[in-house]
Amino acid sequence: MKKIFKSQIALALAGILAGTSAIAGTIVINGDTSDPAPKAAFQAVIDGFEAENPDVNVVYNLFDHEGYKAAIRNFLSADAPDISFWYAGNRMAPFVDAGLFAPIDDVWADQGLYSLMKTSAPGMTMDGKKWGIPYTYYNWGVYYRQDIFEDLGIAVPKTWDQFIAAGKTLNANGVTPITIGTKYLWTAGGVFDYLNLRTNGYDFHMALTRGEVAWTDDRVRATMANWKQLIDADFFLENHAALSWQEALAPMGNGEAAMYVMGNFAVAPLRELGLDDSKLGFFQFPEITPGVPMAEEAPTDTIHLSAGAKNPVDAKRFLAYAARADVQTAWNEALGQLPTNAGSSVVDDKFLNAAFSMLNNDAPGGVAQFYDRDTKAEMASIGMENFQEFMVKPERLEKILERLEKARAKLY
Amino acid sequence: MYSFWKNNQLKLSPWIFLAPGIFMFSLYVIFPIFQSIGLSFYQWDGLGEKTYIGVENYIELLDDEYFFISLKNNVIWLVLYILAIPAGLFAALFLNQTVRGIRIYKSLFFFPFVISQVVVGLVFSWFYDPSNGLLNVVLEGFGFNPVAILAEEDYATYGIIAAGLWPQTAYCMILYLTGLNSVDPEQIEAGRIDNARGWKMLWYVILPQLKPATFIAVVVTVIGALRSFDLISIMTAGGPWGSSRVLAYYMYEKAFSEYGFRMGYSAAIAVVLLAIMMVYIGLILYRLYRDEKGY
Repeated sequence: MKKIFKSQIALALAGILAGTSAIAGTIVINGDTSDPAPKAAFQAVIDGFEAENPDVNVVYNLFDHEGYKAAIRNFLSADAPDISFWYAGNRMAPFVDAGLFAPIDDVWADQGLYSLMKTSAPGMTMDGKKWGIPYTYYNWGVYYRQDIFEDLGIAVPKTWDQFIAAGKTLNANGVTPITIGTKYLWTAGGVFDYLNLRTNGYDFHMALTRGEVAWTDDRVRATMANWKQLIDADFFLENHAALSWQEALAPMGNGEAAMYVMGNFAVAPLRELGLDDSKLGFFQFPEITPGVPMAEEAPTDTIHLSAGAKNPVDAKRFLAYAARADVQTAWNEALGQLPTNAGSSVVDDKFLNAAFSMLNNDAPGGVAQFYDRDTKAEMASIGMENFQEFMVKPERLEKILERLEKARAKLY
Repeated sequence: MYSFWKNNQLKLSPWIFLAPGIFMFSLYVIFPIFQSIGLSFYQWDGLGEKTYIGVENYIELLDDEYFFISLKNNVIWLVLYILAIPAGLFAALFLNQTVRGIRIYKSLFFFPFVISQVVVGLVFSWFYDPSNGLLNVVLEGFGFNPVAILAEEDYATYGIIAAGLWPQTAYCMILYLTGLNSVDPEQIEAGRIDNARGWKMLWYVILPQLKPATFIAVVVTVIGALRSFDLISIMTAGGPWGSSRVLAYYMYEKAFSEYGFRMGYSAAIAVVLLAIMMVYIGLILYRLYRDEKGY
């Protein structure tokens, strides 16, 4: 008893010393892994790092997922941690531009990440430098009721015509083709992304999200015309503007709807609704314009070194550790997502296998982050709001495109 | 020194007593107001350098259709929220009787004001829910088509206001109930002798005595309407496509939401909202001043 007490004092003293004289041994990480699975997964990463590097003590400040988005602006400029969680693509641009993130090209070079993380590299690059370590990403695509498709004799659609025909068959049998809840808008952004990627291709899509193309362009009109075709054919769930994405899961669970254009994170709640692997399936969003290389959405989550880091040396050691293949394998196994390191292996799961093979073999066009991560923040909110309006009032197309073009002219 | 204090004691002591209040009020209310006004002339994302852009934020406001939608909704809120006052008055008159267990009924009527606005918002969202909500079950029972109130641009704001009226009516009711306690029974008796009853009694005898309660009810209701935020955030998040936003919510979205961080623009919206409130605050101050003077 006495002994334990003594060792505790020693530990406490060591802690105080570490806090004052031996600062070199502590790194501070701020993150938003507030859900149970991500939280446990990241704690395991910290534990693994501390076990390998006994001289470094990791202090992890956990924030609520939503609150983090506002908090990061404050703590990065006021009292920067060494490492913080964030997202790839244009989402990190404000922090890179304001000089709050530090480039870590040396970590990329030392760890050989230029070749190991080729897929996610473009999303981490700004001004020709690498600004963080991607640690996970997840696919988007069409999750569907395999059993309903089989019952009605519908084959997995590969082309636009097959897709439209599948919707017709579903509607004729009283099943809504696509469930969606647009109350929080971003789900509509996902549908737009796919329609535009398939109609006009990756390069055009990225040019549009970067604000280089007018929204009144004929190619955008072509995308919207395809969207209107779906709306006119009653593809989407009624009253979707009143539902969140979680509420829109229910029609899929009880068989009132058959497809969901969604990210991989929808698999877990769908399984909870009783859809096992024989009922739930996944397919790549079908081709629209023949010959346009298939591009996919795969939002990437990242960790970054702060420009104001107090202990950049040890922080870089941590970043290198987080990029390692075996670490990412375990981390993503716990998350149920895909590792960004090509040397990692994917946990054996129907949907992760399908996604991994799709992203590595069937996405020659490229990988987009997501509408609201590729686009400037304010443009994204106006854009998604107008997509929602379009889905309910497609006759307002002209007004909507003009409004978007006006916003683009102002914001870029 | 001592004589100076003695000579001016009467003049100085009120200021000494007021000083803590004035200090706090200046620090937390007056100073931020001027800070916001100053900020509205800048372009600032909350991170980098502030850039002075003159009145450009205001010019942009004039060309922003979402701003005008929010402004229009603010007016609708102001007008319809006032309904809480007569509704509260009638609830109070109805409950102002001596029946067994009346205290329980009174507390039940007051209940919606006690629970959080967030809970009120959730309850009403479920009530309006297009597939399982009570409202649509009833509508369908009468043979109407279901309506997704919160997903229709024409109804969403009214749906939220209806939810807001529920607790606000309860609040006004409590104000009137306390007011009714102090109504002079002799005046009522005198009115009876002069053959006043029903509406006439209410209008000419009761209501004038409830004037202080009415004044407070108007004040809290107008303030409640102008700062409506929680319900909108919970029930529609400003949607569908921004049609149920009010200025306070739009300001929050532009400044602090996931896609916002236009501090200057947001401050400009805040200044407009302040200007609207000032009209009304001015009226109240004028009235208070007049009453103090005793005209």
